[in-house]
Amino acid sequence: MNLPRPQHYEETFVLNLGPQHPATHGVLRIKVTMDGEYVVKAEPVLGYIHRMHEKIAEQGNFAQFMPYTARMDYLHALAFNHGYCLVVERAAGIEVPERAEYIRVITVELNRIASHLLWWAAFLLDLGGFTPLLYAFDDREQILDLLERITGSRLTYCYFRFGGVCTDVDDEFISGTRAFITRLRKRLPTMYHSLVTGNIILIKRIKDIGIISREQCRLYGASGPVARGSGIDFDVRKHEPYSVYPELDFDIPVYPDGDSMARYMVRMDEIEQSLRIIEQALDKLPDGPIIAAKVPKNLKPEAGAFYAAVETARGSLGHRLICDGSKNPYRLKLRSPTFCNLSLYAEVAEGMMIADALAFLGSLDLVIPEIDR
Amino acid sequence: MMTHPFVRALIYLIGLMAFAGLNAAYLVWCERKGAARIQRRIGPCEVGWAGLLQPLADGLKLMTKQLLVPDGVDAALFRLAPVLAMLPGMVSLAVIPFSDTLQAREMELSALLIFAFASVGMLCVLLGGWASGNKFAIISSTRAVSQNLAYEIPMLLTVITIALIVGSLNLRDIAMEQQGNLFHWNLFRLEGWHILTMWISFIIFFICSIAETNRAPFDLAEAESELVAGYMTEYSSMGYGLFMMAEYINIVVGACLTATLFLGGWACPFGLAPGWWWFVLKIYVLIFTIIWVRWTYPRTQIYRLLNLSWKVMIPFSLVNLLITAGLVKFL
Repeated sequence: MNLPRPQHYEETFVLNLGPQHPATHGVLRIKVTMDGEYVVKAEPVLGYIHRMHEKIAEQGNFAQFMPYTARMDYLHALAFNHGYCLVVERAAGIEVPERAEYIRVITVELNRIASHLLWWAAFLLDLGGFTPLLYAFDDREQILDLLERITGSRLTYCYFRFGGVCTDVDDEFISGTRAFITRLRKRLPTMYHSLVTGNIILIKRIKDIGIISREQCRLYGASGPVARGSGIDFDVRKHEPYSVYPELDFDIPVYPDGDSMARYMVRMDEIEQSLRIIEQALDKLPDGPIIAAKVPKNLKPEAGAFYAAVETARGSLGHRLICDGSKNPYRLKLRSPTFCNLSLYAEVAEGMMIADALAFLGSLDLVIPEIDR
Repeated sequence: MMTHPFVRALIYLIGLMAFAGLNAAYLVWCERKGAARIQRRIGPCEVGWAGLLQPLADGLKLMTKQLLVPDGVDAALFRLAPVLAMLPGMVSLAVIPFSDTLQAREMELSALLIFAFASVGMLCVLLGGWASGNKFAIISSTRAVSQNLAYEIPMLLTVITIALIVGSLNLRDIAMEQQGNLFHWNLFRLEGWHILTMWISFIIFFICSIAETNRAPFDLAEAESELVAGYMTEYSSMGYGLFMMAEYINIVVGACLTATLFLGGWACPFGLAPGWWWFVLKIYVLIFTIIWVRWTYPRTQIYRLLNLSWKVMIPFSLVNLLITAGLVKFL
């Protein structure tokens, strides 16, 4: 299939998409130079929601930064909880009890499904399909109810503690989660795939649109579904294992095409894989404490530099923590996945029609507060 | 009717304006309720019973808002465009035969008149977009023009097939010709074997009428995820309201035209008690289908939309025209 391509640019004009624009899902601004409907140059402009989270981390003690982590990627907040906990636990040498590890995995994966469902809904909204939003929110609501039950919040969780989690799961949560797994497995092929994935208009809109090559992914450091959609088999959960992921059996969906459809399919398959992970984790869930004994209130890790990576719904999230032996972090640097995923936008969007460029933007699954921090 | 022509004109004017106004208001309600059902929601339910007073509340809200005329717009054209946008739909309704006796103005070439006014409607969109002096609005109005141009051609070509069969472009004659049961309607016409090809005409015409009225999945002119609100971006208050009303009146006109041309006008499917009630039933079934389509499919891209017209619709309608002409000539 050949897309229309401009031969040469004659008269151009600048169109400001955002910071208030329906397609940018937040306060991202894209300065697009256009010739008619062709994108000549697309330049993402960041910084509209910069809140200095990394600096805030240096101001308080280790525990005080915990609630902030959820404010960055509000769609996969628990993964940010997890990433920060991992690096601090590594620095302070805290052992996490096994039950806590399993609870962490269950909740993070539930949150991952919620994040993918919301991406799916928002992406379809970008493409002009309104109805799927409500179907996806119906399922997402079930997850939020389950997580609310044990964490107390619905969006910006602060559930993980250094050395474990703050509340235990109860029987109702476990049976509810099992019921949810059955429900979503039943709904995925009907509500999601046969209604939307097979739709001819959707296929025409995202197949062969926004092709990212393997090389581009490597150059820009793309990760998560964006890289896996371009045929790069990399998932932190498998390749730099943490928590109890090595004990669980799951696959990493990889599609080689690199187009928006590939990214779409990666995310849809990841929902199924997350369901598998949750199911196994629920079966294996051991008894025991949910938090390590004797974790001091004011951590004072030894001086040194530590690194931990987790896989969020959008890619690999790295925390680099530098401690100087005091009760505050000396420096906390985040490597957030969406920032890298967005950085290749300018190169790939060049020469596209504006409608395709915005569909491509949606397929990157951006969460702006995580880019700006 | 044996009344004075002036009185008759006045009665029809009021009647048509009421019909158009009520439709514009209550199709919004139908659309919201229909969308809600499709999306497993309830829809408007607070204002009046089942939210039936919602259109009134919406209208009041729109009317009490300030009509903002931003700096840098062509103020006269900016104000004129929404008013003009209402006109074509209203005028078109005048030649629609609701039943044997219920038609405001019968005229030769009335089918052509509707197409002429549909093009005027497109000009109003262009006018509004241009006068706004907003980049989104200009992109949107150029899209609307290229889209309407592309879809008028196959639409007119399919109307020619009807004209060949019936031998007239008078909507009343076309409807009269189809009286009787289902198999006298143009869509299922057994006589002359037109049932073999008319479904192609019908599908082309229906798709084109969705595209002509700028409805999803062809609502490229107001693609909110790309162009914010398209040509209506700068409009507030009743300026916006009038554009919305024009859109719904155009849908009604499109449905009326489809019902008259293909579905036998006011004829009953089994030949019982023909009358305006059948006509109204048919147009609302068509309108419901349009709403249903909108809330099911995502939007397509502008270049695919144009390709669909130039590369698929027009060749198909030309071949269809040829076959129909052959059937008329040799059978």
